[in-house]
Amino acid sequence: MASAFAHIELTGVTKRFVTPSGSAFTALRDVDLVIEPGKFCAVVGPTGCGKSTTLTMVAGLDRPSAGVVSVGRRPVDGITAGISFMFQADALLPWKTVIGNVALGPVFRGVPKREARSQAREWVRRVGLAGFEDHHPHQLSGGMRKRVSLAAALINEPSILLMDEPFGALDVQTKAIMSNELLGLWEQTTPSVIFVTHDLEEAIALADQVVVMTAGPGTVKAVYEVDLPRPRGAVQEIRFEPRFAELQHQIWASLREEVERAYARTAAAPEAGQS
Amino acid sequence: MSAITVQTQPVPDEAAIAGQARRAVRRRRVLLWAARAAAVVIVIGGWQLLANAKIVDPFFWGKPSGIVAQLKDWVRNGTEYGSIWLQIWITMKEALLGFGFGVVTGVLTGVLLGQFRFLADVVGPFIKVMNAIPRIVLGSLFTVALGLGVTPKVALAAVLVFFVVFFNAFQGVREVDRNLLANARVLGASRLAVTRHVVLPSALTWIIASLHTAFGFAIIGAIVGEFLGAQKGLGLVIASSQNNFNPDGVFGAMFIIAVITLTAEGLISLLERRLLSWRPKSQNDPGMA
Repeated sequence: MASAFAHIELTGVTKRFVTPSGSAFTALRDVDLVIEPGKFCAVVGPTGCGKSTTLTMVAGLDRPSAGVVSVGRRPVDGITAGISFMFQADALLPWKTVIGNVALGPVFRGVPKREARSQAREWVRRVGLAGFEDHHPHQLSGGMRKRVSLAAALINEPSILLMDEPFGALDVQTKAIMSNELLGLWEQTTPSVIFVTHDLEEAIALADQVVVMTAGPGTVKAVYEVDLPRPRGAVQEIRFEPRFAELQHQIWASLREEVERAYARTAAAPEAGQS
Repeated sequence: MSAITVQTQPVPDEAAIAGQARRAVRRRRVLLWAARAAAVVIVIGGWQLLANAKIVDPFFWGKPSGIVAQLKDWVRNGTEYGSIWLQIWITMKEALLGFGFGVVTGVLTGVLLGQFRFLADVVGPFIKVMNAIPRIVLGSLFTVALGLGVTPKVALAAVLVFFVVFFNAFQGVREVDRNLLANARVLGASRLAVTRHVVLPSALTWIIASLHTAFGFAIIGAIVGEFLGAQKGLGLVIASSQNNFNPDGVFGAMFIIAVITLTAEGLISLLERRLLSWRPKSQNDPGMA
């Protein structure tokens, strides 16, 4: 079962950014959120509501302006240990091969190179890329690059997995395949997951709880428990369950207001588009 | 679905099309080289003819046959400062040493300043000012301070090379994808590991691109340094040819320098191909090779 390290808690978290010209801008305001160990939590909300900022603070890449972010019941201070991060854009090193990219985690943690590579080989096989070990990222399709990212994220056996619209740039079919793959891999080790997405269907199909954020400055509007049974099976199939439709209807009603509010604002002030 | 096939003429198979394409490529290459050869013949031949006819005065502008004769004479009898090979060696030594120093200091400074924002902001304006100075003039200073030996030429070449490489390395470090940096940090990379695995390889594209220009500058530094005061070297050969009203000598030395630079260019391209082999093949290769 997931360890206590995987407990994530945000209490009264506010994040302000100061623009280079000196004006301040509030991305998050008074966010309270608890994610129990081993839970898959999806965060949805309009563009610019600070979803990504939340992730960077949990990872320790950024600090809150007020409030406390704690992981494993200890305040985050420096880069959080035991975390992997999957970004929307590929974070693969273009000059390293598939194996080299996947082996980065162990190499950075001081595992000897040979052993790191053999671990990486195993993970490359697990995400279904056996035979592509010596390819460079530019030789792979978008979906294959995501698989490499996934392997690179999971090889460290993180207790927490942060995902920032990881499949946002993929076509619908590839996205469905990758979602299934992610669920399969997640169910083996059950790290806590925070999965940021625009796609409500994706959120419900994957997650145990769906957090709806308000339009910026973002704060938690509502948290919905997704009581669809696990293992979920194919994400394309689960969409046809009556309970899925019910949840989607319910959450969309809440999300829609925020999306409309954010849209009205960007339409009024085209330069205020920060995420 | 209806299955109507309209076939007015036999469709050539893939092998035939490929063969045709290959022949077209070969024909184009032959044509290309023929055109290049024609250009050389026209320019060199025209020059020779015009000089022979005294339309272009060979006393001021030299002529191809004179240049060839001059080169032969240098190889056979040497220059007034010793064998031509010695002159080439001296100039090469100056250029290569300057190139080496300039590249190493340029990369180190660029990577350092690229990573420490505050430091970069502090020294930024000074570097801009130094870059605005016509640095070639520093050659005079170096000659006075460091004498007529190899050192002032190396210094001048190094200064010229430094700025080219520095700006590229600096920019290269600044352009590193922030996602890659964040990802490496989350994966547990130390500052040194980030530099080694992410920053340097990423900046390498920029740095290597700068080496082509930088080597040209190294040669310029060496030649100008010799011009300003030296006891040996191709720059000195040019300077004395100038003083003796010998345009063929100037052109001859110029030709030698061009050969050296092209050779170095080839070696740098080779290095580039080796170090940057991970890059996707360029879609529109300019085909300057």
